Amino acid sequence: MISLAMVYAFAGSLFAAFAVLGAADRSNPRRWTTALFWALLALSMLAGDRLGDLANGVLVLALVAIAGAGGLGRGTAHEVSAATREAGATRFGNGLFVIALAIPATALAGTILAKYAPGLLDARQATLISLAFGVLVALAAGYAWLRPAALMPLQQGRRLLDHVGWAAILPQMLASLGAIFALAGVGGAVGHIVSASLPGAGLTALVLAYALGMVVFTMVMGNAFAAFPVMFAAIGLPLLIRAHHGDPAIVCAVGMLAGFCGTLMTPMAANFNLVPVALLKLKDRYAVIRAQWPTALPLLVFNIVLIRVMAFP
Amino acid sequence: MLVLSGIGVIVAGFLLRFNPLLVVLVAALVTGLAAGMDPLTIVAALGKSFNDTRYISVIWIVLPVIGMLEAKGLQERARAIVASMAGATAGRLLWGYLLLRQLTAAVGLISMAGHAQTVRPLLAPMAVAAAERQGLSGDDELDRIKALAAATDNIGVFFGEDIFLAIGSILLMKGILQSAGIALPPFALSVWAIPSAVSAFLIHGFRLWRLDRRLTRRLEGARP
Repeated sequence: MISLAMVYAFAGSLFAAFAVLGAADRSNPRRWTTALFWALLALSMLAGDRLGDLANGVLVLALVAIAGAGGLGRGTAHEVSAATREAGATRFGNGLFVIALAIPATALAGTILAKYAPGLLDARQATLISLAFGVLVALAAGYAWLRPAALMPLQQGRRLLDHVGWAAILPQMLASLGAIFALAGVGGAVGHIVSASLPGAGLTALVLAYALGMVVFTMVMGNAFAAFPVMFAAIGLPLLIRAHHGDPAIVCAVGMLAGFCGTLMTPMAANFNLVPVALLKLKDRYAVIRAQWPTALPLLVFNIVLIRVMAFP
Repeated sequence: MLVLSGIGVIVAGFLLRFNPLLVVLVAALVTGLAAGMDPLTIVAALGKSFNDTRYISVIWIVLPVIGMLEAKGLQERARAIVASMAGATAGRLLWGYLLLRQLTAAVGLISMAGHAQTVRPLLAPMAVAAAERQGLSGDDELDRIKALAAATDNIGVFFGEDIFLAIGSILLMKGILQSAGIALPPFALSVWAIPSAVSAFLIHGFRLWRLDRRLTRRLEGARP
């Protein structure tokens, strides 16, 4: 059976290749620390399960130390001129899209395959495994048809990753912070404050506290999944569902979506709001959040009204 | 209440624009210490969850493909397609993408698209090409169009995915309800994602329509 471990091995090999190529890139003034950063990530992908918790923790400290000390740089080698790109666009035309769409097409095929041929690949991880397959299919098609130099895809991939820089592991770091928050009982403390401040509140005030609590706590945690159990236990279940007989499906589903409005407005949701800033080379770190809040706020109002009106007929 | 001090670290760190990785690490240490954990336990807990969440960083394996295609002119081709489409505007393009992203997410195809797979190589250059034709120029204005492309992807996937029955958030809610003694089929939850999905489409669609109208007016105002 094809498992997630193989995908990690593939990802680890790629990061290792980025590290080796990066160490050789003399145009990068910080090539050694940059290479070390990706080498550590490669080690995590390749051997994380064998390192043990403490060694993994030290690895995290090392990654943060390199990034925090400004150790990540990027080179100017391997930039492709506009003329070369234009020539490629003219020569290969829409076939470029076909290769680009091979990744989603394979992801789709893999998801279907996982359903109808169980046992072939780990069904819970079908999406990631199919993504890895999609990358292999697209690379094979690209080598066969575009005929790039042997190392070109790796060098270009490394160049893009160096543009993303430390933001590449921020989402994973935030997920780890979430685990520490859970161990320390942050959710319980927030729930306690919220429920202690609400005795005697009317139904509308409770709905507001529930939805806004989802938004604020999601913005702090960067993730509505972390906020939901806390707000549900503090307000949703005892007050909205039990005391006021609200429809549990609406209280839950729309409450979660109110949290999603918060995800659109926080830098803590790094993979959605900060990573694209790096990928698109935007100057303003909060450009994506600025583009999102005018949609998020009216949508939040809609969700609050939806709970208040539909869950309590 | 001391365990909430980590949240203060996060807010202050982001406001003062320290390196976010550093901010997150300090917040984790402060929170752990406030909860009475010893430093080695905190580091080990961080290491364990970092190892358990490696799947998040697997997405970067798409970069060699995107890099190869971009070096061979993918972005230029995407721009040329827009140039050849009569009536293509930034607003309409993003609107079409929003619809497509919501519909595919609603049937569970979340990682079909995304910032690395589609926004950077395809959607952003297409939207920029259309916006340039509508009279936008300069890094600041075009950056805003690129950011809007990323925002459109986020909004599309967030307010489409919960319609799918087997998505993580629906399963999480079902599990939590179950432990509270309330049995609900996933369908009862996912059907209530539909009104918000429609509303997201209308609100964001309205903003995109206004963007086009603003650009058209500006272009007309600029002509003598």
